Amino acid sequence: MTTEVERPGSVSPAPATWGHRHLLDVDRLSRADIELVMRTTDEMRDVLARPIPKVPALRGVSVTILFYEASTRTRVSFEVAAKNLSADVVNVAAASSSVSKGESLIDTVRTIEALGADMLVMRHSVSGAPYLAAEVFGGPVLNGGDGWHAHPSQALLDLYTLRSRLPDGSLEGRKVVILGDVLHSRVARSNIWTLTAMGADLWLCGPATLLRGFEGWAVRGAAGRRFTVTSDVSAALRDADVVMALRIQKERMASGLLPSLREYAARFGLTRARLEAARPEVLVMHPGPMNEGVEIAADVATDPRSVITTQVANGVAVRMALLYLLAAARRAEEGA
Amino acid sequence: MSGRRIMAAEDIRRAITRISHEIVEKQAGTDGLALIGIQRRGVPLARRVAAAILEHEGAEIPVGALDITFYRDDLSLVAQQPIVKGTQIPFDLNGRTVVLVDDVLYTGRTIRAAMDALIDFGRPQAIRLAVLVDRGHRELPIRADHVGKNVPTSREELVHVLVDEIDGEDAVEIERAPALEAAVDARG
Repeated sequence: MTTEVERPGSVSPAPATWGHRHLLDVDRLSRADIELVMRTTDEMRDVLARPIPKVPALRGVSVTILFYEASTRTRVSFEVAAKNLSADVVNVAAASSSVSKGESLIDTVRTIEALGADMLVMRHSVSGAPYLAAEVFGGPVLNGGDGWHAHPSQALLDLYTLRSRLPDGSLEGRKVVILGDVLHSRVARSNIWTLTAMGADLWLCGPATLLRGFEGWAVRGAAGRRFTVTSDVSAALRDADVVMALRIQKERMASGLLPSLREYAARFGLTRARLEAARPEVLVMHPGPMNEGVEIAADVATDPRSVITTQVANGVAVRMALLYLLAAARRAEEGA
Repeated sequence: MSGRRIMAAEDIRRAITRISHEIVEKQAGTDGLALIGIQRRGVPLARRVAAAILEHEGAEIPVGALDITFYRDDLSLVAQQPIVKGTQIPFDLNGRTVVLVDDVLYTGRTIRAAMDALIDFGRPQAIRLAVLVDRGHRELPIRADHVGKNVPTSREELVHVLVDEIDGEDAVEIERAPALEAAVDARG
């Protein structure tokens, strides 16, 4: 059959194809694209639950993971994901590569391609760097985080985690609070797209110095998306369905945006007492790594309402889905 | 569907009934048998074979579903319909005789992929193959143990198996098709 008939009982429309060559941000993904990633992730979770959690889908595909910034969970998660799909994985840590001898990004990407890379997963401290890499590299590029700009796989795994944990699996009308250093956060910027696209009532909360620029977005109100920016923690947390705490990046203290970590913790830290204002079944998230006692209290991080370890576990399945969809799209392109 | 009809609902029902008898005969009973349908249309067919065995043997045979998307050797064809349909094998494969059930046997590549997938779940004592239609043109050394109907075809033709559970009716049709469509539909 050339036309797919919907599986009975499935709610979402079946998206026909994956039309993206790269995954640089989530802003180009349609709702149907997001649904396809979510459904493919479901299947990947089934694969992970098998006695042998490995399938040969990406056999013979070489995936290079090029990270110019420190990372544990994202890098390892991409590596595990690629290996579960039987891809060959090469890790390049910029610090120990020719980058430290002054090689440019473009030359590094060309070299990696010449060495046989079919797909490139990269992280860079400069916003937009993966876009430059995508212009040079012949295969799909997955952005594993660039500067303050985007972290698409994190936004998709956050969305997946929320949909699997919210009672009816829907974000429609749910109050989701992103709390903390929004200004420097690529996680927040990508999550704003996906969460509002799925109908969430999104609140950004933090010290005014760390929300700069976002008020304008809220005032302009992107096409029907619900979006509030505030420094009032109690208003933000009142009846919240989801609270996502962001890491306070200690390296930012020098810039004078925050008086001290202690003051931040006292005024904006996510504590059990503050969480009382949220709905009883609130979900607590954090993209990691956490500064316990600063943006999130240790007892909140390990509270039954916390889904932080689920986020990490889902990261592997989501990244398997993304690698698989991009590899399949590339093969289709080559075949055409 | 504009094709020529080569099996009607009655023919399919008889073929399923015959296959169900053959499976039991070959196994000399129903002990250790399991049926696994290959997504999508193999799954309802496997359920029907199990229902037929229940009717004439009074034995309930476990039925599973296998999606082979991740095991295909032609990812580019999959990309046009990347949706994975789910694998459910709610029983232990070890030591069982597993009968794979699919609608059409064509190149044999689906079956090769299905065997790879199955072996990731355990070590069956034997794997057998039952198909509703064998249309020839094998590209791998694979044959079916139980066949509903052998249909000589040319490579340009498409064989459509319609099953009530998915398509709202039971029929097998054959159609001449443009090359591009053939590429999309070249399953089996």
